[in-house]
Amino acid sequence: MQIDKMNGKVLLANGKIADPVGEIIYDSDILIENGIIVRIEKGITPKDDMETINLNGQTISPGFVDLHVHFREPGFEDKETIESGCRAALAGGFTKVCCMPNTDPPIDTQESVRFIYRKAEGQIVDVFPIAAITKNRKGEELTEMVELSSAGAVGFSDDGNPVVNAQIMRFALEYSKIVNKPIINHAEDPALKADGYMNEGVVSTHLGIPGNPSIAEEIMIYRDLTLARFTNSRLHIPHVSTKASVALIRQAKANGVRVTAEATPHHFSLNDEYMRSFDANGKVSPPLRSEADRLSLIEGIQDGTIDAIATDHAPHQYDTKETSLDIASYGMIGLESAFGLSMTNLVHAGHISFIDLIKLLTIRPARAMNLPLPGIKVGEEANLTIVDPDEWWVFSRKDIYSRSQNTPFIGRELTGRVKSVFAKSSYIRLQD
Amino acid sequence: MNLSIKHLYGLEGVPKEDLTQIFDTAFSFREVLERPIKRVPTLQGKTIVNLFFENSTRTRISFELAEKRLSADTINFSASGSSLSKGESLKDTIQNLYAMKMDAIVMRHPVPGSVKLLSQFVDAVVINAGDGTHEHPTQALLDIMSLKEKFGKIEGLNIAIVGDIRHSRVALSNIFGLKTLGANVALCGPPTFMPCGVESLGVKIMYDLDEALQFADAVNLLRIQRERQGKGLIPSLREYRNLYGLTRERLENLKKPLTILHPGPINRGVEIDSDVADGDYSIILHQVLNGVAVRMAVLFLLVGGK
Repeated sequence: MQIDKMNGKVLLANGKIADPVGEIIYDSDILIENGIIVRIEKGITPKDDMETINLNGQTISPGFVDLHVHFREPGFEDKETIESGCRAALAGGFTKVCCMPNTDPPIDTQESVRFIYRKAEGQIVDVFPIAAITKNRKGEELTEMVELSSAGAVGFSDDGNPVVNAQIMRFALEYSKIVNKPIINHAEDPALKADGYMNEGVVSTHLGIPGNPSIAEEIMIYRDLTLARFTNSRLHIPHVSTKASVALIRQAKANGVRVTAEATPHHFSLNDEYMRSFDANGKVSPPLRSEADRLSLIEGIQDGTIDAIATDHAPHQYDTKETSLDIASYGMIGLESAFGLSMTNLVHAGHISFIDLIKLLTIRPARAMNLPLPGIKVGEEANLTIVDPDEWWVFSRKDIYSRSQNTPFIGRELTGRVKSVFAKSSYIRLQD
Repeated sequence: MNLSIKHLYGLEGVPKEDLTQIFDTAFSFREVLERPIKRVPTLQGKTIVNLFFENSTRTRISFELAEKRLSADTINFSASGSSLSKGESLKDTIQNLYAMKMDAIVMRHPVPGSVKLLSQFVDAVVINAGDGTHEHPTQALLDIMSLKEKFGKIEGLNIAIVGDIRHSRVALSNIFGLKTLGANVALCGPPTFMPCGVESLGVKIMYDLDEALQFADAVNLLRIQRERQGKGLIPSLREYRNLYGLTRERLENLKKPLTILHPGPINRGVEIDSDVADGDYSIILHQVLNGVAVRMAVLFLLVGGK
């Protein structure tokens, strides 16, 4: 990764612009001055006062947005820091991320929200904190949502823990209406999950591994959708993983419930057969599901039920993965592999168009969380991710910038790769 | 002569030829065990560690005896989950032991997959002595060997496995082994004891014990773990006994011979009544001796050639 500050005029020559707003892809050059787009047209003549970058037909998208990352700071800086997380984000083409509050201490006070912004100062990636729904993420008392919001929290979640008590969840949804920011509940009924740590199904039965059934997710999603309808509040459903969950969200949207939903690359790229390896890198929450669930998730992405691709980037040191499955940590990193997996398993697999994928990575997540998103327009800040949709590559450890390397995708052949990023007047080249 | 498998993680996927060879070898070791001098020099100079992260008496003793009968040097390491700080120390413990040059590791651990995990850290032969609710391959081998001794063949036999299938590594290993060898398998117990989608293993499911006994040439009764009571899976041991306990009355009503296996230790008066366990149909004590023979066979075939 090479980062060059480019304050003057920069000409991105011979690119294709993928515009998710107009849903078009067209050949064009882009001229940037002091970080602002000043001209968009074909055949801009390079001049001596311009830094010219020849894109050779690569595609320019708005910078990607990830609604769901764990940057572990404060408290778990051995796994990730905001700085290392931002580098991982850049490597994946993400210029805006929302970080989850399951830190130590958790992000449940104004001061802790400000801490995240302070730590992210000077980073090329914009980091937007999601604050906790309840104090100490215990599911008992609401946080001071209005103050958290004015400090800059973009949404609320106890991610990692569900809000188990339906009454607390109802109050959270109602109270959040003051700030009109979404409640993001990790839907998983703890009694049904019991001691399960992989999807309950034929594979868990073959392996003798205690199962975490799909109904643990579905029942809580049904509850949350019902509460969101009743309170007419905004609900965002993270990491949707089952067939019935997709169906419930689809129906709720048809009925006018104010709900958005995200899916992770690992849930649409892998199924529970992976656990036959007993590799703890496949242990995530919610678990990798059945092939039928995986295919339904892709259907939900196709028909718009799923609004966003989010990574749930969850770094862990290797020693907490090289251990017996019951005590291995939950989660996998996802930022660096997200675009390649999405291109390979959604676009090149024929399920969605390239421009649909760009929408799932840019405007749709930005809208779900009300994030500012500069368009590719004259006068806007240049915040751009440049990709080669057709480059074949093998995901390897050297592509990882996170402090942790917990991913089952090492060695995966992928088609579609992030090549560079232009943001905050900096040009970041990701490969040689 | 050589098995196609290099380690024994479980019976899933172990080919018929390997199983047949293990049994052939085990029956010849069984003869050795009947001799006045019960020791052969086959594994002289080999070092085997028995690594038990979970309490076990009979499996550990059976392995240890098998190793001694083969003249291997043996080391026992027992640690309950709580005395080790788990996690990284599992890897550390194993690498430390391996650094002392072990040829084989026999391991029991409370978590599925741990034995396979272990094999990533060491270059020794690894044998699963039970990994949580996953598999317990040598138990199934001794069960099947005992059936083979009794019936002469496995193909076409009807076997019922009764009890808490969901939490049983013995059931799972038996299903894999028996299906590979062509037996028909029925599982019997309350629905809360049946794991999700278990029919996919090609077994029948029966909730009525009398139906299962009618079907079966032999029945393998699993131990009901008393700690399951109170977790909501079954209302009481009393009701379980009434529905699924093998009693003299049931046997008499059956009006046909039945072979009875039990992996032990027996809960007398729960899954089986004492007079049935000690009666003519029971081959429970044959199982124990066959356990030593079959473990000798596995150790010989996997460690001996190396």
